[in-house]
Amino acid sequence: MQPPLFSAPTPQTFTVSKLTFLIRRLLEENEILQDVWALGEISNLSRPASGHVYFTLKDAGASLKSVMWKTSAARLKLALRDGMEVEVHGKIGVYEPQGQYQLYADQIRPVGEGALYQEFMRLKAQLEVEGLFDPERKRPIPELPCRIGIVTSATGAALRDMLNTLRRRLPLVEVVLAPSPVQGSEAPSALVKSISSPILQSSDVIIIARGGGSIEDLWAFNDERVVRAVAASKAPVISGVGHETDFTLCDFAADLRAPTPTAAAELATQITIHDLAATIASLRSLISTLMLNIISEKRSALSSLVSQLRYLSPSRLTQSESQRVDDLSRRLSSAVFNRITLERKHVEGTSRRLEALSPLAVLARGYAVVTRQTDGVVVSRVAQASDEMNVRVSDGEFEVKKQRSIISNQ
Amino acid sequence: MPKTTTRKSEKPVEELTYEEALAELESIVETLEGEQSQLEEAIKLFERGQTLAAQCVSLLEAARLKVKQVAGDDISDFEEETE
Repeated sequence: MQPPLFSAPTPQTFTVSKLTFLIRRLLEENEILQDVWALGEISNLSRPASGHVYFTLKDAGASLKSVMWKTSAARLKLALRDGMEVEVHGKIGVYEPQGQYQLYADQIRPVGEGALYQEFMRLKAQLEVEGLFDPERKRPIPELPCRIGIVTSATGAALRDMLNTLRRRLPLVEVVLAPSPVQGSEAPSALVKSISSPILQSSDVIIIARGGGSIEDLWAFNDERVVRAVAASKAPVISGVGHETDFTLCDFAADLRAPTPTAAAELATQITIHDLAATIASLRSLISTLMLNIISEKRSALSSLVSQLRYLSPSRLTQSESQRVDDLSRRLSSAVFNRITLERKHVEGTSRRLEALSPLAVLARGYAVVTRQTDGVVVSRVAQASDEMNVRVSDGEFEVKKQRSIISNQ
Repeated sequence: MPKTTTRKSEKPVEELTYEEALAELESIVETLEGEQSQLEEAIKLFERGQTLAAQCVSLLEAARLKVKQVAGDDISDFEEETE
């Protein structure tokens, strides 16, 4: 087609870069193209060492180059394959060096998930309004349950993980399993039946669990009947469905959400066998200490009684009496001794005085005692003199013969 | 005043469950901590407490996870898969 020669102004000339920039701006200013889900089949998938993911999204009529940067690709839960029907979210941009418009993807979900997500949000909002997820409805999980009910598949890895965890943490517990399919069309009604089984409801706590899977795999745990059964459970419920990043409506209705089945088993056994053993050990040493205390209290009470008794005992009285006797006898003997000393002095004085009066002392002064030899009569008068007489002087006596008598005139 | 504690559970220790033994052990500790008890009684309590503690320990050591499953309105043993 020939351009009209003179009817229009001459077209401007742009450099390729400038033109590409204009195209890029055109696309980037379009709001729809900047926040869009693209539906198609993956082809030419490539994951080079950079970690970015490149693929082409196509359908019967067109194809769209797409790139997902490493950071978004790391969050991807889906394992991408060529030929997979997906919905890719992102924005349209231009890769200028190649003049290539492409989809810069940040999320990829399997086809149909969008509708599921819509349903999830609708039901969540509805049940939230009803108050099924209210924090006040949450009941505490018993610290030391005797019986734990488990609702899960009898053959899954989730059950094995939980039993191993329980065996390791609290083998005292009794586990009652209500086996139930956890995915597929029959799963919701089977889960409801298991949760509400009277035997299971007699447990101290119920774990409802399932291992990881796609959102469709987990879908039974978003089923309204199942969610209502969890909320209606008389026994407190711990949910452990999928992985850390998966949230189901059962999680919101449960009394406690665990990120995984193993974590659910851990949360159901807050007190472990090791805690119990430590408690027993400390109680054991406590009663020994208490017993020793009681004995030592009794002993000190006893010894104070004994000392009181000793104070009051007759033997103590006897002791003090005998001490008194000793004391008295000591005083007595010293009194006697004093007295004797005194008497002795007296006697000595007296005897000295007596000595002074002794005739011998008179004799010593030159006097003599004359006695008759015949009868020993002291001659004090002339008339008494006999022929032979003894004369006693201070140091002895001698015999004399009377020659003549003279009577003095007095 | 010596108080006489009559204990409801004078079951032989080996017939007690772990929870019963632990509860009785705790109550014995409380009694021993409490008001003066008679020596003879204290010794009895102490001896029973020791037996209870030993029972608790042996129950802990012997504990094996019991797994049953709901079968209709009944309960039956659950055979775990062995790998």
